[in-house]
Amino acid sequence: MTPRVDVPRPATEVRRFTPAARHVHRATAALMGVCVVTAACLYIPQFAELVGRRELVVRVHEWAGLALPVPALAGLVSGAFRRDLGLLNRFGPHDRTWLRAVLRRDRRPGSRPAGKFNAGQKIYASWFAGATLVMLGTGLLMWFTHLTPLRWRTSATFVHDWLALTLGIVLAGHIGMALADPEARHGLRRGTVSREWAEREHSLWRP
Amino acid sequence: MNPEQPGAPEPQGEERGRPIGRRVLLGTLGLGALGVVTAPTLQRGLESFLAGASDKDPTGLTDLLPNGGGFRYYSVTASVPRKSATDYRLTVDGLVDRPHSYTLADLRALPQTRLVRDVQCVTGWRVPGTPFEGVRLSRLLDAAGVRPGAGAVRFTCFDGAYSESLTLDQARRSDVLVALRMQDEDLGHAHGGPARLYVAPMYFYKSAKWLSGITVTRDVRPGYWEERGYDVDAWVGRSNGRDDDPTS
Repeated sequence: MTPRVDVPRPATEVRRFTPAARHVHRATAALMGVCVVTAACLYIPQFAELVGRRELVVRVHEWAGLALPVPALAGLVSGAFRRDLGLLNRFGPHDRTWLRAVLRRDRRPGSRPAGKFNAGQKIYASWFAGATLVMLGTGLLMWFTHLTPLRWRTSATFVHDWLALTLGIVLAGHIGMALADPEARHGLRRGTVSREWAEREHSLWRP
Repeated sequence: MNPEQPGAPEPQGEERGRPIGRRVLLGTLGLGALGVVTAPTLQRGLESFLAGASDKDPTGLTDLLPNGGGFRYYSVTASVPRKSATDYRLTVDGLVDRPHSYTLADLRALPQTRLVRDVQCVTGWRVPGTPFEGVRLSRLLDAAGVRPGAGAVRFTCFDGAYSESLTLDQARRSDVLVALRMQDEDLGHAHGGPARLYVAPMYFYKSAKWLSGITVTRDVRPGYWEERGYDVDAWVGRSNGRDDDPTS
């Protein structure tokens, strides 16, 4: 992380993420970053011409992809991380309200009730986890072609390519939203957020 | 690892909600599996749609979409030197009576053959009806005088790493060229220019880019990708476990 000029922190802060959760996020982000960059070098002609070394780039992409679920699996030893996953999984009536407000483009915090995670974050996390596993599965089919009927390679490539494009767009949205919310980023970088932010953005969260 | 106290109260009773997250995850997995199963059908539809779209797309953005038509650039080395008409040489040696080194002008002065065939990559992409133009390989072999006992031809490239091989019978086919032009333009660097091999009936990895050496040998020596698992006899539709339509 780049050292930042110290912005004075608010007097009351609440803990949002434990070190375990933050490390899981950071490691997953780094591995995903490697996957995206190597994918671009394999796929986009201009980058492929710039980088070449196809054999090496393929190996790095494969191993980074294979390692992608490891941080989250390792994080399961942490009770706090497991509780976060439980919260991401469970949807309550307020999540429906939150989603309706998004559809109406109602930006008032009062119309978007959320617990520790809002409904958008929950859907993002679940979909991204599923999509990553699909990428892993199709990636393995492309990697170990001799283990499956060879005809599958083309089908797996097709899904891998299109889902990669979708993932890239969704990931850009994820990063864009994080860039727009410094306090949310502080929560993942240092583990704490201001109470004022927590009450505004996650009104139903009782840290 | 877990600095939170174990006896913390359950947060806000949220966990009582419905497990939608799990359903989204499993649903995504299911859709992915369905996508793999239905891929051949989906791919045919999308390919024809995107091929049509990319013909009318001046931005070239559709070429970046999967199966959006067009060629993809693969190089096995970090960088490939550029050769021009002044410093390009193609040598023919090995089991021949008259080894020779051709300049680009020499090659251009020989009778040219134009072939229009589909290009099929072993990774799945196919570019329909692509014109290639150049000198028949058999002409260069005949000019060099292949000695008795020769059985194969090895190709080397000025990227310094890539290599390919054909049997002598394959190399003498009329649809095997040393190509100087592609899509009715001089072959650019990205496409393997100034000269590349073009083996019309085989997967495109046989069509070595940046061709600089033709060596007649006794036996086939596996090329770069073939040492990494691809078939030496790379007939389109009859090798590498694929069933694409033949290209030539």
